[in-house]
Amino acid sequence: MADARELFLGEGSGGGEGSKHLHVNIGPAHPAMHGIVRIFAELDGETVVKTDVEIGYLHRAFEKDCEAGPYNNAIPYTDRLNYVSPLINNFGYSSVVEKLLGIEITERCKYIRVIMSEISRICDHLTCVGAGSMELGAFTVFLYMIKAREFLWELVEEVTGARLTISYGRVGGVKADLPPAFGDQMRAAFKQVREVLEEVHRLLTGNRIFMDRMVGVGALSRDETIAYAITGPLLRAVGVPYDVRRAQPYDAYDRLDWQVVTQIAGDNYARYLVRMAEMEQSMRIAEQALDHMPGGPINVDHEGRPLDPAAYVDQGKQGKTEGLLLMPITLSPNLQGQDRGAHDRINAHDKRVVLPSKADTYGSIEGLMNHFMLVMDGYGIRPPAGEAYFAVEGANGELGFYVVSDGSDRPYRVHCRPPCLPPVAALPKMIEGEMVADIIPTFGSVNMIGGELDR
Amino acid sequence: MDGSAILARLRERLGDRLLATHEYRGDHTAVVSREGLVAALTLCRDDAALAFDMLVDVTAVDYLRFPGREDGPRFEVVYHLYSVGNNHRVRLKVPVEQDDPVVPTACGLWPIANWLEREVWDMFGIRFDGHPDLRRLLMYEEFEGHPLRKDYPINRRQPLIGPKV
Repeated sequence: MADARELFLGEGSGGGEGSKHLHVNIGPAHPAMHGIVRIFAELDGETVVKTDVEIGYLHRAFEKDCEAGPYNNAIPYTDRLNYVSPLINNFGYSSVVEKLLGIEITERCKYIRVIMSEISRICDHLTCVGAGSMELGAFTVFLYMIKAREFLWELVEEVTGARLTISYGRVGGVKADLPPAFGDQMRAAFKQVREVLEEVHRLLTGNRIFMDRMVGVGALSRDETIAYAITGPLLRAVGVPYDVRRAQPYDAYDRLDWQVVTQIAGDNYARYLVRMAEMEQSMRIAEQALDHMPGGPINVDHEGRPLDPAAYVDQGKQGKTEGLLLMPITLSPNLQGQDRGAHDRINAHDKRVVLPSKADTYGSIEGLMNHFMLVMDGYGIRPPAGEAYFAVEGANGELGFYVVSDGSDRPYRVHCRPPCLPPVAALPKMIEGEMVADIIPTFGSVNMIGGELDR
Repeated sequence: MDGSAILARLRERLGDRLLATHEYRGDHTAVVSREGLVAALTLCRDDAALAFDMLVDVTAVDYLRFPGREDGPRFEVVYHLYSVGNNHRVRLKVPVEQDDPVVPTACGLWPIANWLEREVWDMFGIRFDGHPDLRRLLMYEEFEGHPLRKDYPINRRQPLIGPKV
């Protein structure tokens, strides 16, 4: 006979004999699941006993689609892997094809890739920390961080012409040179970001409520983290200073002065501290790269002085045309005016790989033929048969691409090693035995990005 | 340890279970037989000089339409290993025949192998012998076929599942 408690709370309620574990679906369409992951949890009261994590809701056949088109056609698909830091994906994929081809990109392009990667990394960390804090009730932090991200996205927009689907990387280079005023804009944006980080530090880092939710929650040991092949901030949060940028440097990272941030505890709070410190390091890297970047201004007058294209246009409109015709001028390098000067210093000098500048394509028969040879079906970039794996440090850890070429103009196989798959695979390990409410900060600190997880 | 020393070490310890080695564009690859796979992975993990403590990635390649390899084993399962302590990498590959697409599991060595092998099963239909929970990872249970096989047409559509509205 059911007692009163069971009548109100249902069969098996209470802690006595006959109590049962409760099965709860968290997600896939739950706001705290950052998109689309389903956690099927078995609960004993408020304690998580067992979980099964189900992914794949955002699977879009990235790898199959890459096989269907020429090498450069995969670039827009890589934008949609980690859509919070798409530039890093672009450069990772471009780098592996360059490795297959055995070509070297120009010095200036290396620095551009470094700068844009670091800006993306900051955006990613801002989103991760901001969204994770919002789920713990710190809505102010979310708004501040999204504001800071907005300044950075404006930079990205200035360079690539888009905010999210940027498609800026190219095999052998990048789409376009940095705009002339980029340096000042970047420094101004970083000033704002630093202010926001300072504010967030004051709001969160010693905050009692925040620490109660984060310290000691979702922890993994050093050995578990390595056995699960977890890289990035989660690995550095257990004290392993592994960072692809330092361990196996690519582009120009070995020439810049920066620090690999580590923490010891391995819990959510340590991951938060690592991400906060990494943003500062990323800004350091980008600023140094900007200072060391080779290649001066493209637009110079006949005496070598830098020339502002806008002022040139203004003078022309006012009829002050004396001497102007003698000056070569290059307009905005991120739009149609990808002229020879900018083109040559950001792209590898290899006609079998890089499209010629628009000035050459439209201005000479050789350029036109070269362009056709790279875009016609059955021609294009043709790496010799072979395979290569190349890893870059994505915002979540080691982002690897494995490409197999059969010698044709299409990749025979493209595989992406998503940095957030291992932590999501280890999620049951992190949340089992803890409270239901701890799932939220732990899942936030994993920084699951559906696009790269499900591909 | 540089890559050729790693391959030499593997050759010395594995003997004829190591089918071939090659180096291309700075990546070092060892091809091992299916019978020798677990031994090779265990050696890579536990040997003090190799110490590959991280199974970075498991994937596969379907060589059905690869020019010049039409007659050989159809699949290759590819393991990427990394050593955090020694900062070196190696790639292991296992040829798998179309008629018998089974490979021993690495779940006993690295827990991450669980999900990575589920993905390979899902995408290529290669089974992992001894795997504790070999379900599809990305596709849904009712999905027919294995989409990354070369004979799965890219434009093939399958009915959507879920509640009818």
